Amino acid sequence: MSTAENNGRPWPRAGRALPRAGRTLPWVLVTPALGWTLLFFVLPFAAMGLSSLTAHEGGGFTLSNYSQFFTNPSYWQAMVNSLQVTVIVTVVSVLLAYPFAWILAEQVPERWQRLALMLAVLPFWTSYVVRSYSWLLVLAQNGVINRALTGSGLISEPLQLANTRLATATGFVHFFVMLLTLTIFANLKQLSPSYRKAAADLGAGPVRTFLHVILPLTLPGIMVGAFLTFVLCIGDYITPQILGGNNELLMPQLVMMQIGRRGDFPLASALSIILMAVVTVAYLACARWLKIERA
Amino acid sequence: MSVRSANPLSVLKRHLHAACAATALLLAACGIAQTADLNALIWCDHSDPALLQPFETANNVKVNVKEFEGTGAGLAIVEQSQPGDWDVMVIDSIDVPRGVEKGLFEPLPEDKLPFADLFPQVKMDKSTMIDGKRYGITEKFGYNTIGFNKTKVDPADMQSLASLTSDKYKGKVAIYDYYLPVIGMAALAIGKKTADLTETDLPALKEELLKMKANAKLVGEVTASQTALATGEVDILVGGGEWVTAGLAKENPALDFSIPKEGAVLWSQSLAMFKDSKNKDMALKFIQYILSPEGQARLATSSCYWGMPSNTKAALTDDQKKVLRFDEQPGFLARAQAYPAPNADLDKKMQDMWTEMLQAK
Repeated sequence: MSTAENNGRPWPRAGRALPRAGRTLPWVLVTPALGWTLLFFVLPFAAMGLSSLTAHEGGGFTLSNYSQFFTNPSYWQAMVNSLQVTVIVTVVSVLLAYPFAWILAEQVPERWQRLALMLAVLPFWTSYVVRSYSWLLVLAQNGVINRALTGSGLISEPLQLANTRLATATGFVHFFVMLLTLTIFANLKQLSPSYRKAAADLGAGPVRTFLHVILPLTLPGIMVGAFLTFVLCIGDYITPQILGGNNELLMPQLVMMQIGRRGDFPLASALSIILMAVVTVAYLACARWLKIERA
Repeated sequence: MSVRSANPLSVLKRHLHAACAATALLLAACGIAQTADLNALIWCDHSDPALLQPFETANNVKVNVKEFEGTGAGLAIVEQSQPGDWDVMVIDSIDVPRGVEKGLFEPLPEDKLPFADLFPQVKMDKSTMIDGKRYGITEKFGYNTIGFNKTKVDPADMQSLASLTSDKYKGKVAIYDYYLPVIGMAALAIGKKTADLTETDLPALKEELLKMKANAKLVGEVTASQTALATGEVDILVGGGEWVTAGLAKENPALDFSIPKEGAVLWSQSLAMFKDSKNKDMALKFIQYILSPEGQARLATSSCYWGMPSNTKAALTDDQKKVLRFDEQPGFLARAQAYPAPNADLDKKMQDMWTEMLQAK
C-alpha cells in the first residue's frame, strides 16, 4: 500500500483541511518549549559566544581566546585527553552494557525484570560526588582493592589505582553502563519475537541471528546511549577532578581553571564553545552514518 | 456537636483560617525579630555556625552568606549582582587592589578596628592600603609550606625544600593545586624572592615545578590534598601548612608542618566592606566582631579549616595555641615571604606554566 493513500482516499493537505484554530494550536503548544529553549539555551549561548570574542582585560573585540587554544600545546593536550578518555569510556560502557541489557531482557523472567532493572540503576540514587569519592576509597593505596591484593599475597606493594586515568575511566564507566543498559534494554524489549522465529525458519543459528538481525536492529538504541555517554562524559568536571588527581587535565578542568582566580570568562567561554563544536561534530557523525534518527 | 461544625468543609475552612492567622503572626514576629540582614561573600571558614551565631544573636541580624573559591569567581558574583546586594567580602589580601580598581570597596575606619593588636607582618599595607586609605584588614593567615606525616618521613628532611624533589620521597608527595603559593615555594627552592619574580624567572621556576610533579602522586585542591595526607595516600603535601594539619590534630596527631630553611609562603585573607553596602554600620560591626578576640578564636578554629588569627589577642585555649604553634609565630613570620602578587600579564603566564606542569607526564 502506498503511503500516500488513506483507505483509498488522499491524505488531507494540512493547510487547507485544518481550521484556523487547528493551525495555531500546535504553535501555542510548542511556545513554552520554544520560550524555554530561547531563554535558557539560545540567549546564554549567544552571550557566551559574544564573551568569547572579547579580551579579558579591556573588553575589546579579539580572536585571541580561540587562537590560544590552537597555539598552546597544553590546551590542545586537554582536548586530546578528553577525547581519549571519552572514547575509551564510551566503548567500554557499550561492551559491558549490551550483554547486561541482553541478559536482563532475554534471560531474566518477565516478573523479575522490573526488580532487576531497579537494582541495576540503584547507584543512580546516590549523589554523583559521593559515588566518585566512594570509588576513591575503593581504589586508594589503602583501599579495598589494594588491601585484598596485598592481603592475598598477589602483590607486595600497593598499586597506584587512584589519581590516574584508569580511576577516572572507572568512575565514568560505572555511571554510564547503567545509562546504556536502560537505552539498550528498552530497544531489545521493542523487538518482536517474530524476527528471531523468521531467522530460525530461514536456517540461521543463534549467533548468526544476533549478528545479522538483533544487533543491526538495536544499533539505534546503542547509538543513542553512546552519544549520550559521549556528551555527558566529555563535559564532566567532577569525576576527573576527584578521581584523576589532576595528573592530566581534561577540557572541563581547563575551563574551570580560567575562572577560579583570574575570572577569565572570555577564555573559558571560547574553550567551552570549542568543546561544544566537538560534540556537534560527534552528533553529525552519528546522525549521518548510523541513522540515529530512527531510534 | 452541631451539624455545621461536623461539616468537613467547614472544619477545613476554620483550620485554614487558623493556619493563615498563625502564619501571619509568625511572619510579623519574624519581621520584628529580624530587623536586618547582612549579606556576606565568604570563604568556607566563615560559614561555621559557631562563628556566625553569636554575632547574629548579639546584633539581632541574619547573616546571609555565599561561599566562593578564587577571587575571579568572587568578583564575577559581584559584577552579576545589583549594587548594594553585598555588604562584606572575604578576599585574598593580595587581591584587595583588584576590588579597589573596580571601585567596589569602602575605606575602613582604622580608629574603629584593632590594628594595633595585629601581628605587624600581616597588616599587608602594600596591598590593603591604596592612596593612604585602608580597604582591607587581615583576619587570618598561615603558611603554604610543607605538611607531612612525621611518622612516615624524617622530620629533619622536612627542613629543606630540596627534599620535595629527592628520589627518597618519590611517589609520596601531593601538591596543593593552587599555582601562586606553589610557584612561590618553587621560587624559594631556587633562591628567588617571591616579591621579585619576573617573566625571566619562569623557565627556572618551570624546571623546579616539573621536578616536583615528577615526585608527586597527585595535585589536589583543598579537600583532595587534605584527604590524601590524612588517609596515608601520601606522606608529604607541598603547599600544606597549619590549614591542613591543625584541624586534624585531634584525629591524627602525626600530621605536622615545617617552615624549611629556605622559608615559606605567607597566605593571608582580608575582610573588605562594599562601597554600595546598604548596611554599612552592621558591616562594620561584623568586621569588628571577626577581629575581636572571641571572633578571632572562632574563625581560627573554624570547622572548614584552621588558620592563625591575625589578632595577637585572639581568645584561643592553650591547646589550640599549641596546635597552631602560636608561640613560634615570630620566628615563622621572620622567615616567611609574601604571596607572589604578579600583574595580570605575568599572572596569566604563571597559570599557563602551571597548566603545562599539570599536563606533564
